Amino acid sequence: MGVEHPPLLFTTLGRLESWARANSLWPAQFGLACCAIEMMATAASRFDLARFGAEVMRASPRQADVMIVAGRVCQKMAPVLRELYDQMPEPKWVIAMGVCASNGGVFQNYAVVQGVDRIVPVDVYTPGCPPTPEGLIEGVLQLQKKIRSGGRPLAPAMPQPTEVAGA
Amino acid sequence: MAATAAVAPSGVKAMVINLGPQHPSTHGVLRVRLELEGEQVRACEPIIGYLHTGIEKTFEDLFYQQAIVLTDRIDYVSPLNNNLCYVLAVERLLGVEVPKRCQYIRVIFAELSRIASHLVWLGTSAMDMGAMSPFFYCMQQRELLLDLNEMAAGTRMNPSYLRVGGLMADLPPGFEQKARAFLDGFPHWLETYRGLLDRNPIWQERLVGTARMTLDQALDYGWTGPLLRACGLGRDLRKTNPYSSYEDFEFDVPTETEGDVYARYKVRLREMEESLRIVRQALDRLPQGPWHVDDRRVYPPDKLEIRQSMEALIYHFKLFSEGFMVPPGEVYAAVEGPKGELGCFVVGDGSARPARVHVRGPSFYNLQALPLCVQGGLLADVVAAIGSIDIVLGEVDR
Amino acid sequence: MTELLAALREAFPDVACSVALGQAELTVPRERIRDVARELRARGFRLLLDITAVDRMGERPRFEVVYHLYHLELSDWLRLKVRVDSERPELPSVTGIFPAANWPERECYDMFGIRFTGHPDLRRILMPDDWEGHPLRKDYPLPGLRPLPPLVHPQPEGG
Repeated sequence: MGVEHPPLLFTTLGRLESWARANSLWPAQFGLACCAIEMMATAASRFDLARFGAEVMRASPRQADVMIVAGRVCQKMAPVLRELYDQMPEPKWVIAMGVCASNGGVFQNYAVVQGVDRIVPVDVYTPGCPPTPEGLIEGVLQLQKKIRSGGRPLAPAMPQPTEVAGA
Repeated sequence: MAATAAVAPSGVKAMVINLGPQHPSTHGVLRVRLELEGEQVRACEPIIGYLHTGIEKTFEDLFYQQAIVLTDRIDYVSPLNNNLCYVLAVERLLGVEVPKRCQYIRVIFAELSRIASHLVWLGTSAMDMGAMSPFFYCMQQRELLLDLNEMAAGTRMNPSYLRVGGLMADLPPGFEQKARAFLDGFPHWLETYRGLLDRNPIWQERLVGTARMTLDQALDYGWTGPLLRACGLGRDLRKTNPYSSYEDFEFDVPTETEGDVYARYKVRLREMEESLRIVRQALDRLPQGPWHVDDRRVYPPDKLEIRQSMEALIYHFKLFSEGFMVPPGEVYAAVEGPKGELGCFVVGDGSARPARVHVRGPSFYNLQALPLCVQGGLLADVVAAIGSIDIVLGEVDR
Repeated sequence: MTELLAALREAFPDVACSVALGQAELTVPRERIRDVARELRARGFRLLLDITAVDRMGERPRFEVVYHLYHLELSDWLRLKVRVDSERPELPSVTGIFPAANWPERECYDMFGIRFTGHPDLRRILMPDDWEGHPLRKDYPLPGLRPLPPLVHPQPEGG
């Protein structure tokens, strides 16, 4: 058709796609330690993560969009985490919940991987030990904002993990 | 995960599957390697270590007071019991005894943590069995307890509220009203849980007779806590070896004799009732007075005094920059945690950092007997058994 | 406590028995641990609560394996301490007497390198099977021996 800008139909579809993806993020159940309990509290009735599109926490990674790494990742668990991440279909995102998943947290030692971003690419880091449910919800909202503002839907996650959610 | 074929003793090919380490019903990162013949379990091997955090080594790198934050993260659903057993051990090494008010407050929080832990157990076990509603009801009640934690310690989970020689701070104003409101409202919820589950035919079908253990087997495997009490032995450290003024309170120790999952369920529900009794008594009789020991070599002076007295400032400075020295010695202090006997073995060497801290996590010992529980049972019973043992992987792997 | 001590001195006249901070302790030579454990179990110490070890680096023998038992009638704990040296860090396993000893002995092996002869399945329990080193030894550094893995940054696909 010889136009300089992309057709209006496709940008609208692209925006629609991003909006749908952002608002229906299904987390993979990846609760490891204390953060998992707060993640359960976030999914429970007081804070209700389902309001934000995370209707169910899927046990199988093959049915999930986002992996919320809730807790400390230890040496034995690291290859398992990578395998589960690889099993998730694209587009997929990762939220590092809590300081242990972000950079090792309280445990600067031999047994804990110093940040899950040494194993999988991370989109959003949430601080806290554990983050309050409000903190986790803020992390999910940040991820939604990232997706809506033009994340690359066919590539696994964002290039430079620079966003930090929360306070 | 991957399935391979092995030949079972009957000549039929057995299927080897992994339950976990990522699985909704394993209560954390537990891997159970099962050999199945159809639905029947021929062999079972729990494989742990997926949450090994090196906590015991990290203890050796911190001052005694700093290490309290690590204890929360061991049994993270009932953190104050962990705090308690560690500070009791260190206080015994130091030879200090905290005042009555502090002991009563510690009891209040230990019992509230027990209820919180049992609520997580009930909610998640019921959810594993397919009952979704108890999960939401239990978490809702747990939210009230987390609010109490937040009032006192500033954070919902991992409060680290206790200190060697006392508490982080006294109870805030308004705490007693909120705690009493919880105590008044909770019996109704216990009735609700019982009403939903006790005589529910599906619940009974799945729980009665499942994962039965005899008393001898339980003792052989070092079982303690509600698991042992469900097998018939009423051993409760709060009665047999009271600590932190538990001898001042009147409460019963529920036991059952069947030793199956249903018995453990009944024991834990009744334990929640007894905890309510203890907290009510503690609130009624809470003495006024100091909430920390009056020994400045262990517990820093009041902040207001630090601004006026040079000596107080120096004590504060020394305590926070160098820590207090614990004389050489070793002690094993145990508390009755919600999962069993939670013990802390602390070795002091005269310096400000522990030479060795070992936490006896009850779940580590309770889980060892899982193969015995599920032998010959169905795959679905494995899930019921794991839920009834009430493991928390932070305690198992440390 | 006094009943307990009297019973212990009667049962093991040649084993050093002491009380530290209100807790009874027996210092057992390594070759006698099985006999002592068996005798204690028969005398009412039915619960093996814990087996752990302490690395007393600088002292010889270097390692101290610590057992905690509980007497159900007397409602009291007993600590057993066995010293093993670093040249030959092994001692007999008590899994035949207390089945609860299985996992804690594996943990001592994993964390300290102490071998328990007669253990049915002595292998690492907390660290990955191919891990090198024994983390709770005092000469093992807290951050570990391996270098930190690099951060993962995905490469954008296409343009």
